[in-house]
Amino acid sequence: MKIDKNTINKIARLSRIKLDDKESEDYIKDLNSILDWVEQLNEVNTENVEPLSNISSSILPKREDVSNDTNSSEEILENAPDKLEGFFAVPKVVE
Amino acid sequence: MNNLIKGEKHDWEMVIGLEIHAQVKSNSKLFSSSSTKFGSSPNSQVSLVDAAMPGMLPVINKYCVEQAVKTGVGLNAKINNYSVFDRKNYFYADLPQGYQISQYKYPIVGEGKVTIDFKDGTSKDIRIVRLHLEQDAGKSLHDQNPSKTYVDLNRSGVALMEIVSEPDIRTPDEAGMYISKIRSILMYLDTCDGNMQEGSLRADVNISVRKPGDEYGTRCEIKNLNSIKFIKQAINYEAKRQIEILESGGSIEQNTMLFNTSTGKTRPMRNKEEAHDYRYFPDPDLLPLEISREEIGKIKSSIPELPDELKNKFIETYKLSNYDASVLTAEKQTSDYFNETINSDPELKNHAKIVVNWITSELFSLLNKNNQDLNNSPVSPENLGQLIKLISTNEISGKIAKDVLEDMFSSGKTARQIVDEKGLQQVTDQGEIAKVIDEVIAENPKMVEQFLAGKDKLLGFFVGQAMKLTKGKANPKMLNDILKQKLNKKN
Repeated sequence: MKIDKNTINKIARLSRIKLDDKESEDYIKDLNSILDWVEQLNEVNTENVEPLSNISSSILPKREDVSNDTNSSEEILENAPDKLEGFFAVPKVVE
Repeated sequence: MNNLIKGEKHDWEMVIGLEIHAQVKSNSKLFSSSSTKFGSSPNSQVSLVDAAMPGMLPVINKYCVEQAVKTGVGLNAKINNYSVFDRKNYFYADLPQGYQISQYKYPIVGEGKVTIDFKDGTSKDIRIVRLHLEQDAGKSLHDQNPSKTYVDLNRSGVALMEIVSEPDIRTPDEAGMYISKIRSILMYLDTCDGNMQEGSLRADVNISVRKPGDEYGTRCEIKNLNSIKFIKQAINYEAKRQIEILESGGSIEQNTMLFNTSTGKTRPMRNKEEAHDYRYFPDPDLLPLEISREEIGKIKSSIPELPDELKNKFIETYKLSNYDASVLTAEKQTSDYFNETINSDPELKNHAKIVVNWITSELFSLLNKNNQDLNNSPVSPENLGQLIKLISTNEISGKIAKDVLEDMFSSGKTARQIVDEKGLQQVTDQGEIAKVIDEVIAENPKMVEQFLAGKDKLLGFFVGQAMKLTKGKANPKMLNDILKQKLNKKN
């Protein structure tokens, strides 16, 4: 698999990152070298090897269904660039 | 049954599948300890995890997992011992993480089915593809300000069960019955409160049309419908739209649609350019979810009687029709009410059909009229049982019983009290009824003449007059019999 200009533009747009031409070129180079490096794994013979789903052998920790009754409003909105009556205010997202 | 829509050139069949989002009834969210309470002040129930602050890690709520397993069992579905949480990536203002934690390749629950019952006594199975656990997003308010969207993250991170059906549904009515059945199962299991108004239960509808027997057509998805009425309206509108396009030689573009509840129309939500690419991948913050056979067995044994089991029990014990039994069991409160009523007096077991009718028509219509719910019905099951017993033992007529029920409803008195106070006992004394009939015959010689000349319809007039004189209390059957006897004697 090779990353080309179209792919890098698509990834950038999906990630909401703006890239100039120079940056695009750099990322194409970087990502391709990462992919090439990972491709080397194809050389290993994995026949009769069970797929490893997780490197940790621990079990997913679970919590009890207890809610904390703190009012988070002030703390949560502290860093918001814009807010109104307890709401985050963001640029309008529908027409 | 004909499920087809007439077109210009030929008939069309709808092919419908539903994705139902049911909010898990839990105290805290799926991956954080914030409260799930509905209607609290904005952003008051948002933990640092829900707001996706850097470095915060999700810890799964054990109870939510159990509720999903429970629901899977209720849907006759396969429970998967191994499931995986994935990230579904997209940008939106009410999704602080930039991704929703969901399950993609390995859901917690696999294939199942539910049965819907039609009025004509037939039924149909709708297959379930899967049920998976996922996080809900926050809420955006778009219409408060011309240039801003307001965001409340209280709902962000609340646990949802997404239940996906096969495209086995063929009509808007079936879609309505299917979601009602799912809602009913969820409420019996107590895994979701089923409140569609508050958005605890909502659905996305996938719909396409085809010539009967053809392959499936291209489908459109209508997002986020939160009432059965809207689901049916949206399906009807969308099917008509697609048929019109196809009949005029066009083709359907696969699209995500929004339904406008005030115009009753659907419109495309996003243009193709922004078509979704969710880039699912396993969430590195969460280990796979493993549930042992023992745990599943324990949850299975905790499951209460479900609507279908209860339905079959009612059919067997009380000889009710499939449809009556399914109406009774559609909501837990209805089957509970029926059980309490019929068990309030041993005599009532022989009059199960009458008990059903008094609950589902008379009492329901009074509750509806007064905007009340069976849960806080002013008429208790015991009191309704007493009223029905008065009917079954011929102490009052069915007609008078309706007035008595209305009185019970508004005054809170028992049937017995009302009947005694107002002297409504049915007149079953032959002599007394005969006396009244004689009076009516004597007062209406002309009518008698006409009746004897062959105007049979006048019998109703005599019955009415006699009933009026007894204030509706005469036993209708006795009244009829004696009246016929007496009139025929005149002949």
